[in-house]
Amino acid sequence: MTGEPDILNEAARLRRSGRKAALATVISTWGSSPRPVGSHLLVDETGAMQGSVSGGCIEGAVVHEAMKVMAEGEPRLLSFGVTDEMAWEVGLACGGRVDVYVEPLE
Amino acid sequence: MKAETLERLNALRADKQPCALVTDLKTGLQAIVHAGGTHGGFALFPEDEETVLRRIVEDRSGIVEEGDQRLFVQVFAPPLRLLLVGAVHIAQALVPMAALAGYAVTIIDPRRAFATDERFPDVTLSDAWPDEGLAALAPDRRTAVVTLTHDPKLDDPALLVALRSPAFYVGSLGSRKTHAKRVARLLEAGLTEAEIARLHAPVGLDIGAVTPAEIGVSILAEITQALRRQVSAAPAGG
Repeated sequence: MTGEPDILNEAARLRRSGRKAALATVISTWGSSPRPVGSHLLVDETGAMQGSVSGGCIEGAVVHEAMKVMAEGEPRLLSFGVTDEMAWEVGLACGGRVDVYVEPLE
Repeated sequence: MKAETLERLNALRADKQPCALVTDLKTGLQAIVHAGGTHGGFALFPEDEETVLRRIVEDRSGIVEEGDQRLFVQVFAPPLRLLLVGAVHIAQALVPMAALAGYAVTIIDPRRAFATDERFPDVTLSDAWPDEGLAALAPDRRTAVVTLTHDPKLDDPALLVALRSPAFYVGSLGSRKTHAKRVARLLEAGLTEAEIARLHAPVGLDIGAVTPAEIGVSILAEITQALRRQVSAAPAGG
């Protein structure tokens, strides 16, 4: 089983509460990456997040993009190259790439 | 994601139905695919639907590219379980192998001398009578059931529950001769021939296994085959 299914239940709860939210999903990875395909990050309108799409190095950028996705109501496809230096930061032996799909919860 | 899509997805997951969320990365439209059909914002080509159903069985999420279409398929597969009836020698060999293959294993055996923590460390043990124990664990589409006791008093009640459950695999240890007698008893007990036909017996692939470990290999191999080849046997979506 991939991903964190609980995040989707959280997403449903957030949506029912009437708050805006966006869901980010890892859709592909190259080389070493800390989180597998299907991993979720849930971001609400205050910028609060649950789950993860990396070891912590791209979450900030994803939250930033998620706010735009919520404002515009349109999904975005993000691509992150993990440089050797950043990869070292998150404990990886080599660089990699992570593609993340961010969609609004309607 | 539309509210309706999210709610349907969560309902299928709660119901432990293997399913997939398909996102068209160009348009953002989404559909949910499972054995019971396809729902959602866009129509999948039959060949794409087949690809998604195969990926559900393989528990393989990822991007599917076809022409200029780019789909992300996220598979939601409930955890695999193996329920063993009989805390016997073969179970001791089979349990660690099944755990390696990703199964959460539970052993049911009301005979206290067999089902001990010393013989089976790190395994969930149930001392319930096999039919009650199995019914309580509610075998689903991601569950395999194997009876290993050789004792009709214990195996038969378990089979009566397992063969009427959605378990993807039900197997029973015993020779061809004991199997013929077992079929007669199960018919007598009210199972239909179709239900009995689901039973894998003698259990395991025929690889000439002799030792408990080898028999464990043959059983796990047959369970794997049943799990991964389900797509050809599954009813067409619709």
